[in-house]
Formats: sequence, structure tokens, C-alpha cells
Amino acid sequence: MKKLNGSTKNLISSIAIIVVLYLVMNGMQATGNLSSLMSGLLVPVCAYSLVAIGLNLCVGYLGELSLGHAGFMCVGAFTSAFFSKAFQNEIPDVPRFILALLIGTFFAALFGFLIAIPVLRLSGDYLAIVTLAFGEIIKNVINVLYVGKDVNGFHFSLKDMMSLNMDFDGVVIVNGAQGITGTPRQSTFTIAVVLLILALIITHNFVNSRTGRAVKAIRDNQIAAETVGLPITKYKLTAFTISAAIAGVGGVIYAHNINSLTATTNNFGYNMSIMILVYVVLGGIGNFSGSVVATVVLTMLPEMLRGLSTYRMLIYSIVLIGLMLFNWAPGILKFREEHGLTTKQLVGRFKKNKEVQ
Amino acid sequence: MKKKFLSVGLCATMVASLFAGCGADNGAATSPETVETSGELTWRIGGIGPITGGAAQYGQGVMNAIQIAVDEVNAEGGINGYKVSFNFQDDEADNQKAVNAYNTLKDWGMQILEGTVTSGACAAVSAETYNDRIFQLTPSASSTSVTEGNDNTFQICFSDPNQGTVSADYIADNGLGTKIGIIYDSSDPYSSGVYQNFAKEAANVGLEIVATEAFTSDNKTDFSTQLQKCKDAGADLLFLPFYYQEGSVVLKQAHDMSYAPVMFGVDGFDGLLGVKDFDVSLAEGVYLLTPFAADAEDDATKNFVTKYEEQFGGTPNQFAADAYDGVYILKEALESAGLTPEASNEEICDALIAAIQKVNYNGLTGEGMTWNDQGEVSKSPKAVIIQNGGYVSVE
Amino acid sequence: MGFLTYLINGLSLGSVYALIALGYTMVYGIAKMLNFAHGDVIMLGAYLVFMCMSNSGLSAVLSIIIAIVCCTAIGIIIEKIAYKPLRRATNLAVLITAIGVSYFLQNMALMIFGSNPVSFTSVVSWPGLSLAGGQLKITGNAIVTIITCLIIMFALMWFVKNTKPGQAMRAVSEDKDAATLMGINVNATISLTFAIGSGLAAIAGALLCSSYPSLNPYTGSMPGIKAFTAAVFGGIGSIPGALIGGLLLGVIEILAKAYISSQLADAIVFAVLIIVLLVKPTGILGKQIKEKV
Repeated sequence: MKKLNGSTKNLISSIAIIVVLYLVMNGMQATGNLSSLMSGLLVPVCAYSLVAIGLNLCVGYLGELSLGHAGFMCVGAFTSAFFSKAFQNEIPDVPRFILALLIGTFFAALFGFLIAIPVLRLSGDYLAIVTLAFGEIIKNVINVLYVGKDVNGFHFSLKDMMSLNMDFDGVVIVNGAQGITGTPRQSTFTIAVVLLILALIITHNFVNSRTGRAVKAIRDNQIAAETVGLPITKYKLTAFTISAAIAGVGGVIYAHNINSLTATTNNFGYNMSIMILVYVVLGGIGNFSGSVVATVVLTMLPEMLRGLSTYRMLIYSIVLIGLMLFNWAPGILKFREEHGLTTKQLVGRFKKNKEVQ
Repeated sequence: MKKKFLSVGLCATMVASLFAGCGADNGAATSPETVETSGELTWRIGGIGPITGGAAQYGQGVMNAIQIAVDEVNAEGGINGYKVSFNFQDDEADNQKAVNAYNTLKDWGMQILEGTVTSGACAAVSAETYNDRIFQLTPSASSTSVTEGNDNTFQICFSDPNQGTVSADYIADNGLGTKIGIIYDSSDPYSSGVYQNFAKEAANVGLEIVATEAFTSDNKTDFSTQLQKCKDAGADLLFLPFYYQEGSVVLKQAHDMSYAPVMFGVDGFDGLLGVKDFDVSLAEGVYLLTPFAADAEDDATKNFVTKYEEQFGGTPNQFAADAYDGVYILKEALESAGLTPEASNEEICDALIAAIQKVNYNGLTGEGMTWNDQGEVSKSPKAVIIQNGGYVSVE
Repeated sequence: MGFLTYLINGLSLGSVYALIALGYTMVYGIAKMLNFAHGDVIMLGAYLVFMCMSNSGLSAVLSIIIAIVCCTAIGIIIEKIAYKPLRRATNLAVLITAIGVSYFLQNMALMIFGSNPVSFTSVVSWPGLSLAGGQLKITGNAIVTIITCLIIMFALMWFVKNTKPGQAMRAVSEDKDAATLMGINVNATISLTFAIGSGLAAIAGALLCSSYPSLNPYTGSMPGIKAFTAAVFGGIGSIPGALIGGLLLGVIEILAKAYISSQLADAIVFAVLIIVLLVKPTGILGKQIKEKV
């Protein structure tokens, strides 16, 4: 057997864990052991995970902080939901969903590409603020976008519904702040998991490819990379576009799992971008499987805390600060090392226990 | 290297905690219940709304009001002899979180949903209740997308088209203004919904709209520009379809720039006078549509307002009053249908759909409320004017 | 005349942004950290002033002084608990912790003060100037905010330039390790920066809510983000840059609303920001740092 390197092993084990979890969840769902809350969360968790993977590619490998990934998710969500809604009666379900997925991904990638051209000239926090700005622009424009469809075709307006000037039988598809209502619900847990695994494989292959190694070289020392003749812009653009495309896939999954799609600060604005960044940092910068785990945990956590009613988000914030200190504070890390509490040691103990058994 | 192991280990522990979480959440036992049921058969009524986040004041009002009504109903022996247990879940006014909250309530064994509070979230949840056949009565989600195509969803508040149309008609009939300026929240489904319906009807009744200005939820500290533009356009009446929190700022800033057109708010303006330290003289002469006045003299209102102030502090607004009525509407419908909590959700849902259309209810927020098969309530929005720090009916 | 009115409105809005941005830029310049919780400290400051004035009937100046003291204390506590342990970790870790702190402060305020908005009574009782026969009005709030902003800016610049702790701050912002070698207590210097930033937040909170009088637990977050944008606009880390960035952002926002479209005002403001940053990649007054090989 060909010897696998460490990162490939890691990839295989994380995919194995996801598959096992998938089977367990499906089994529990089939036997009615899974609560409605959990089964309702399966698809959104996969969607957020996808966005987190996308952002991690940008933060971990490109080395650039983006605060606008919710914007790409938003583009993916709205373009695909628009397509699905507009052709709900014209195209049968399966090809329509596949097309919607492609369209959503394509547009997110396109936006990523277009935004990357100017943005990647900047660096550090200036880049972060520009991505945040783009995210906010996307959200603001979608909130005043009205699109209707009648026998004459599509009508667009950036003002209100009346200025669409549609025929009497026209249907409003995107209704400004009220967004898109009645998107066909086609995201299933199976599709979401397949896409999630695909994204993990793609990102893994990408970062280990020639392009990926170049991107890492640029991250570590741009000037050195430039000196050896790497086309910096091309590689950076590629990485950023892929990153946006994966976030777009997350958006497609998200949009096809909810009846009413609106663009607010909490679901597609900077709050969401920041939330996704939290997943990435907590899961480990540059660690894709870690992003998935952190997403799962941090999405579940506030739901688990529902019993606390109004104290819920307060406790959540305290846990978040605690987790960050536990995982990142040098002092605490040292303490954990001295007392055999590092994850390495814990995992080691865990493995030993298993062997004993 | 350490970091990698760290994250791998983190993976393991977190996956483990996920499993643990699933196990713990399987039953309904973990959910909080505000009434101790301990095995006794009860009506399980759920509520959803924002109790944290920027819209928390609306959700908390609804939550508190339902609690008061449920306590009263239970004190009087419940509905058809069974007590009511009530469980309210937070949605932070987010569509996805509202669906999560709904699923939590389903696990708890919810039979009837009174919610959700905001329009966007409600549209997401009503698709779920429609599929699951759970009866839904929303106190305050006024968008038509909430009820459209869902036979199981009913509203206690006026719908957006209703408010927009009535406002335009009222302004035209009473000659309150000829040149209309509009300021609305373009990022809010409720506000832009009312605005569009108003604009449509205004064209029909011959009102001239001279300025249409917007703000967004991210940009609502300064309204001076929107006001200035309306002023420059010569608007003698401002139509303001948004909530009282922004309303209080708009009134203050209009006053500061000595601009005094007729101000016409819709039902979101109710609550304005309850804002702590708000200079009520600024609100003098403001028209708004509300079915509820916290300072009304009738016994039902007094009872509700007193209880609310005692238990939770602050003055209840229209959202709360609608929610309070909701419990009694459900009670009346359940009693007329003669149901018991033993019935399945689907039976309850179908029976209530039929029963609520026969209900004729007198509550805090209207006399003789009835419902049509579209889920809309018949009460017509009534305009009131604020005078001497209180509402005065203008009919 | 219309244009002048808009310009004045823009300057008053901008001065509030500038005041908040000063706090951001100060912390960023020295600790190299985006303090996302700054907006929420502002909210706390505003609530403190409100409580003092409305519930205890204290005078405006006294209330603000109390709020400054309390906010400084809160800032020091936050820094000790949440940021200091992460001093040697990556900047991103501190950023995320700051987000956690921001959630914490918002929800804490929700618990203590409740979700209902309160109407903030202006700390400035002077009605302002009326020019050109009442055609042009400049509110007292706006004038006081601009003057306060200028005073704070010059005071900060003087402090950073001429005092020992100020010089230590500059040294830390240039190079932490070298500063340590020079015998500067880096930890203490950064803590001091947070204390000053939080104290400024109290003043910013009082003036923000005086001009825009609705106060609830989430009041600080959006102006916080806007002010952060303003700080970047002006060149983050630069004290006069924060003032210029804040004023420009306010003016652009108002003019975009007035002359282009109030529906798309947010998009326009951010688009202008992007264009400016593309032309001047480190903001208007930011230092162009050439990377050394």
C-alpha cells in the first residue's frame, strides 16, 4: 500500500468521522430517536461548515482576513433561490436543483473573483475592512432589489414593487427586504454531507497542489515568493475565488432549506461573517476539519442552552471567551502541558484506554 | 505540530460532546416549562420571538403577556378543564433560528403555536407548521407572506396591506395632508410591506407622494437628511411605517430642525409614549394606527396593564396586548370546538381552523374580531391621535 | 442653502463617528488589535450617564465623570480577564475574544437595563446656533461634539508625544520586543491604552446618545462598526486620521442620502471607502510601511 502522508491520513479520518456521524444521524432519524431540533439543524450546520471551510482557505492559507464571506454566501443563496423560484414550474426538480447549485456557486465565485481583483492589492486590516464593505454592499443592494416575472419576461427595480410595471398576472420573485418566499426545499442532509465531503477533498487537494504550495509560499513571505518568479496575483486570485465559491455552495444549501430567505445583518451581514470567523479561529486556522467541528459545536451550543431562556446568549458569550482562552492563551497552554492536559496527551490517554480494552 | 494535535484533540472532544448533546436532547424533558405539569395532561402552547438581540423588546413583551394570560386561564381552571403549559423560545428575529426554536418546541410536544413575533421569521416558521399541521396564531407578524397559502396560520394584528390601505384612505378622507412624504425602513419586511401598500393605495385615492426616503437597520441613528428632503419637497404629512424606537428619534430630530408636518405612524408606533424619559410633548398631534391603548379605562385593559407592570415592569405595548388576546382567542376556539389535549396535533389544527372562523371575540385590541379563511382578522385599524400625552380616538 | 444644511448634518454625524474612532485607533495603534467590544463599552457609558442623570438627578458633567471612571474600570477588568492572557497569541485569537466580550456586554446590558429603549436626555442643554435668519441651524450637540473631539484629539497627540507613558506607547506600537529591551513595561502600557480607550468611550457614548437619543443594549454595535470603518478610512493608528476619517464618513453618508439615494446610502458609503482604500491602500493619513526583505 502506498504510504500516505500525515495530512491525507487526517483527511481520511475526518471524512470517516463525518460518514459515521452521517450514518448514525440517519439511523437515529429513521428510528425516530433524533429530536426535531437536531434533524432541523443537520442541513444548516453543513451549510455553515461549508462557509467556514471556504473562509479557512482564505484565512489559513491565503493568510488574509476576510470579513465578507457571509456576502458570498448571500450571493450563492439568492442567485440559486431566485433561479429555483423562477423556474419552479418549467424545469423538473432534480436538474433544477443541480442547475441552481451550479448557478449559486458560479455567481459566488464570480463575485469573489471580481472583488478579489481590487481587494488583494491591499493587505491586513485594510483588506478585512474592504471585504466587510463588499459584504455590506451586497446585503444593502439585495434589500432594495425587486425582481418580478410575467409573460414579457423579467422586470428589475431598485426602488419598489410598483416600479416593476408588470402585467397583472406578474409574480414578484425577489421582494426587496421581504426577500424570496417559497423556495423549494430541496437541500437534504445527504446532499449537504456529500457537498461537505467534496469541499474537504477539494480544499485538501488544493492546498497540497502546486498552486496551493505557491499560495502558502506567498502567505509566508510574499517578497521571497515574488523573487523566485511566482505570479502572485494569479495564485491569490485563484485561492480567493475558490474560497468564495465554497461559501456560495454553503449559501445554496442554506437557501434551499428555508422557506423565507431575507438578507439581514444576522444571517448575511457582518454579524454572520464574524460568526464564521469565530468557527474558523476556534477550529484552528488552516485546519479544515477543525472548522467543521467548531461549526457543529458553536451552532449546537446556543440551541442546547435554550433552557436558560434570556440568559442563553450571556452564557454562550462566556463559554466563547472561555474556549478562546483555553485554546489560545499561552499561559493556559503551558499549564495544560505541565498537568498532562494538552489535547495530544488527552488523545494519547484515550488511545491507550482503547488498547487496554 | 502542537497546534495540529490540539485541533485533532479538540475534534475528538467536540464530537464526543456532540453525541452527548444528542443523547441529552432526545426527550422533551430538557425543555423548560413555565408551568409545572409533572405528568398531568395539559395544553401545550408554544411561543417564538426575539428575546435577545435588537428586536428583544417586542419578543419579551409578547412572552410576558402570554405568560400573564396563561396564568389567568389556569387560575380559572384552564381550557375545557385542562391546564395550559406555555413554553417560549428565542429566535433573535432570525429566520433560521426561528425554525430551530420551532423544532425545539416540537420536541417539547407543542400542540399550538402562538408566534412568531416578526414577519420574516414567521414566514419561515409558517411553512413548517403547515407541513406538520400545527395550528399557528401570530400576534404581530403582519406580512401577507405569513398567511399566503397556509390554511393553518392566522393573524391577530392587522395585515400589511390592510394597514397601508387604511392609512392612505384615512389620510385622503380626512384631508390630513395633500403632499405626502414617506420614510421607511428598507431593510425590514414589515416596514417596506406597509410602505408599498400605502403607495399603491395613495395612487388610487389621489394622494401625491412628494418624497420617498429610506433608512436601514444598519443606518438608523440619523434621520435629519431624510427629514430635510421631505421638508424641501414640501411634504405637509409624513407617513412613518416603522417602530416606535426609531420613531422617537425621528420626532426629536424633526423638532430640532423646526419641521412640523402632520406625523402619521402605523401600529409600530404604539409604545412611543412608554419609552422611558421620552419627551411626550414631541409626540403631540402624532397619528397612529393602534387597536390598543395602555391608558384605556376599561377593566380588561386596566387589569392587564396593572399585572404587566407589577410582574415585569414597564408599560405593555400593542404587541403584548395582541399576544394576551391570542391566548383567550385560542381558549374560545378550543372551547367551541370542544377539544381535549388528547387529540392529535392534526385534529387540533383542523378543528381550530374551522372553529376560529366562527369566533367573535371582544378583547383588548378590538371588539367583535372575526377571522376569514385567509387567516386575516376583521378588526379594522383605527387611527388615534396623541393629545396631552395620551391616545384620543379620532372617529 | 440645502447643501450647507446637509454639510452641517454630515459634520455633526461625522464628529460622533470621529469620537468613537479615536478609541478604536488608539487601541489599534498600540495593541494592534481590533477591539470589537469598543462599541459596547460606549453603550455602557451611555447607560451609566443615563442612570446618573435620570435616576439620581445628577448634573450632566458629574454624570459623565462618573461614567468615565466606571468605563475605565470596566475596560481595565475586560483587558485583565479577556485580552491579557492572549498577549502572545495570534491577533486573530484576541479579535475573536473581543467579539465574545462584545456579546457578553450586550447581553449583560440586556439583563440589567432591559430590552426597552430609553430616550436619552441630551447632556448639552444649549440649543445651538441659528444662522442666516433661521435658515441654517447648528445644534448645540453638534458643536459640543466637534469641540470635544478636537480637544480629545489634541490632548491625545500631546500625551503620546510629550509624556513618559505616551512615549512608551509609541515605542510599543513601533516594536514590542525592542520596547521591552528598553525597559518599558509593555503589559502595563497596553493596559493603560485600554483604560484610556474605555474612558473615551464613556464620553463618546454620552455624546452619541445626546445627538441620537434612542438607547438600547445594541445601540453601540452599529456606530461601532461605522467608526471602525472611519478609523480605517483615515488610516488606522493615526490620531488625526480618525478625526478626518470620521468627519468624511459622516459627510459622505449624509450627502449620499441627500443627493443619490437614501435606499442605497450604505452601499454608496462603503463603495467610496473601497475606492479611497484602492487609491491610498493605508487610508488617508496612514503610514506607508515598506516591507523589508
